[in-house]
Amino acid sequence: MIRLTFDPFDPGALLTEFSHGRSEVGAVATFTGIARAEAGATVALELEAYPGFTEAEIGKIADAAKVRFGLDDFAILHRVGRIGPGEPVVFVATAARHRRAAFEACDFLMDYLKSKAPFWKKEHGSDGARWVEPRDQDHADLKRWDKETST
Amino acid sequence: MARVLLFGRLSDVAGWRERQVESPFLSALRARLADEDAGLGEALSGPGVQVALDQVIVRGDAPLNAGTEVAFLPPMSGG
Repeated sequence: MIRLTFDPFDPGALLTEFSHGRSEVGAVATFTGIARAEAGATVALELEAYPGFTEAEIGKIADAAKVRFGLDDFAILHRVGRIGPGEPVVFVATAARHRRAAFEACDFLMDYLKSKAPFWKKEHGSDGARWVEPRDQDHADLKRWDKETST
Repeated sequence: MARVLLFGRLSDVAGWRERQVESPFLSALRARLADEDAGLGEALSGPGVQVALDQVIVRGDAPLNAGTEVAFLPPMSGG
């Protein structure tokens, strides 16, 4: 499942739904990204996507992750629009036969979402708004997976 | 007429998000937008800006048909 939503979501409810009936899977890992308040400096995040293209591009990577880590299933839900501090921005769940695959696939998908998925993020602060671009650390995080492929 | 879409900071630079532009090639479209708005022209050729035609990333020049969707995509950041 890959979905974009303008509405706030409940990560607990998503996990319950995702885990339901998986008696043979063995492992479910999840990640929830939450909008940081930065001690009041960030008033809101604004996330923009390119509807259709964004889902399709995430789908390509998620399908690759499914093969690479031997996933049974995945779920990716990403907020778009205006997001307040403390609200979940992104939810990733992975299901696999064993925990390592579930953890690693979840980690991999988040690294991809941070710096390569078609989203544009604006931080509205008390002193104005600015567009956020991936940090060096985000690029380095994604590169880890290249190394692991080539060795 | 191509349908031009700007995302992220590009729409802030231009002051618009979507426009119809008559142009037979992507290169001509870029030149025309830069001619009208030098700041936007510079932003469109800035580092990390990609172009998608009908939701497929392209590199270099390409012909545009009537109704082609041309999206300019600045560096992406989600999560």
